[in-house]
Amino acid sequence: MNDALGPLWAVLSARYRTLLQYRAAAFAGFATQLFWGAVKLMILAAFFAATTEPQPMNLTEVVAYVWLGQALLGMLPWNVDADFREQVRDGAVAYDLLRPLDLYAYWFGRTLAFRVAAPTLRGVPMVVFAMVLLPLAGLDDWALGPPASGAAFAGFVVSVVLAALLATAVTLLAHISLLWTISGVGMDRILAVLVSIFSGLIVPLPLFPDWLRPMLEWQPFRGLADVPYRIYSGNIPAAEIAPELVFTLGWTVVLVLLGRLILRRGVRRMVVQGG
Amino acid sequence: MNAAVLLARYLSISLRGQLQYRTSFVLAGIAQFLNCLIELGGIWVLFDRFGNLSGWSFAEVALFYGTVNATYALAELLATGFDHFGTLYVKTGDFDRLLLRPRSTVLQLAGDELSLRRLGRLLPGLVVIVAAWIALDLPLEADRVALLALAMAGGMAFFFALLVLQATMCFWTTESLELMNILTYGGVETASYPLPIYHRFFRRFFTFVVPLACVGYFPVVAVLGVDDPLGTSRLFQVSAPLAGFAFLGVSIGIWQLGVRRYTSTGS
Repeated sequence: MNDALGPLWAVLSARYRTLLQYRAAAFAGFATQLFWGAVKLMILAAFFAATTEPQPMNLTEVVAYVWLGQALLGMLPWNVDADFREQVRDGAVAYDLLRPLDLYAYWFGRTLAFRVAAPTLRGVPMVVFAMVLLPLAGLDDWALGPPASGAAFAGFVVSVVLAALLATAVTLLAHISLLWTISGVGMDRILAVLVSIFSGLIVPLPLFPDWLRPMLEWQPFRGLADVPYRIYSGNIPAAEIAPELVFTLGWTVVLVLLGRLILRRGVRRMVVQGG
Repeated sequence: MNAAVLLARYLSISLRGQLQYRTSFVLAGIAQFLNCLIELGGIWVLFDRFGNLSGWSFAEVALFYGTVNATYALAELLATGFDHFGTLYVKTGDFDRLLLRPRSTVLQLAGDELSLRRLGRLLPGLVVIVAAWIALDLPLEADRVALLALAMAGGMAFFFALLVLQATMCFWTTESLELMNILTYGGVETASYPLPIYHRFFRRFFTFVVPLACVGYFPVVAVLGVDDPLGTSRLFQVSAPLAGFAFLGVSIGIWQLGVRRYTSTGS
């Protein structure tokens, strides 16, 4: 166990130390996400104000959805790690092949570190702001409320962990595809588009037209955002939490196996760049 | 050679350069185009569910959306040099070269790059304007079209000014900060919807501090020919875009202050 976690811990803590060097950038990112969250909430609240019919989601649930989405934005697999891309381009990726580690597991650890380090730095202040400061400023309606229940909180914690693993598996697929495409710029854009629609980032998935919703239920990106945020707010009732967690876990396993398969092929045909 | 000719020459060089990498700019343009489509799709999804946005229809919101996106794309087309300023000029010390030339730095940076991939935002913006115009059955009168053109010119000045201010900050911070994205990308998002839906604080900020609503919401309300729920007069709505040019004047003044403060990072 220690053998597997040791390298993971090392890459994770190295990533944190790097990020903490850029405090101004972290602050700028935080302020930007705060602004986006506020604009999004005002737009959605204005839409809600116009309707009297019951909707698949109420405004309180939407508020939680938006703030959690802003807090955990960086965790979504919408880009590839620039360091990794550089490594493939300049051929340094060959060193990784020489390490006495399972290549997929090692890359999984690195990618996980890339995915979760930044959001914890931005996410914690965001939650504090939305949960504590907004009510203090008298903006209770806009604040992130507590989880719907103890079960919802427990389910949320587990589903966020699973979402991090799923996001890592998706990002890693993009990383592995770099072995073929090298530049990865196009891959970045396609990923960003897919993830932003299908995770619920642009519009919360329950608010899509009713005829589209069954199709959105089964795709893997839902486990990245829609599932944890709705568990938190109680929009997914306690009794349905377990199947949702199994759903996210199932997709994660599928994507990990797919990634392993493609990586094995990629390594066999890889031509290392550089001299 | 006068300034306009020089600018045109700069831009044509940039164009020819980009045409060497046709696939890359076509792909980037397509990605941008898809992004616009998805944003608009997101707005449509909400209208499909809720019917209207405090009295505004989808076509009306689409006119706001199309106007601000086309405007921003036009400004970006000319201000790419300012957008890259921190990374390409200050950090490297290359700004020294611009200072040595007997032409204004603003002109040289405006001519830095005519980024073709911005067409990916400009084209859908224009298409949405035309489609919304038809859907709303707005009469094609000269003064309406002229007002929209004035709003877009004011908007270009406004967004150009924001990118100049973003570049000016680099004289102090060296690297450009993500912070200005709040006003540029965030401004585009904000102005895609009618102003009255926002909190009072936001409305005041985007009217009096950063005059985004003066180049977006107010003139577009006059183009739509509806009454402003905020109660502004037609005269105000029609003259509001001038604030964009005033904002540009102020930002160029601040830019000059920044240039005076510039110290090179060295070779």
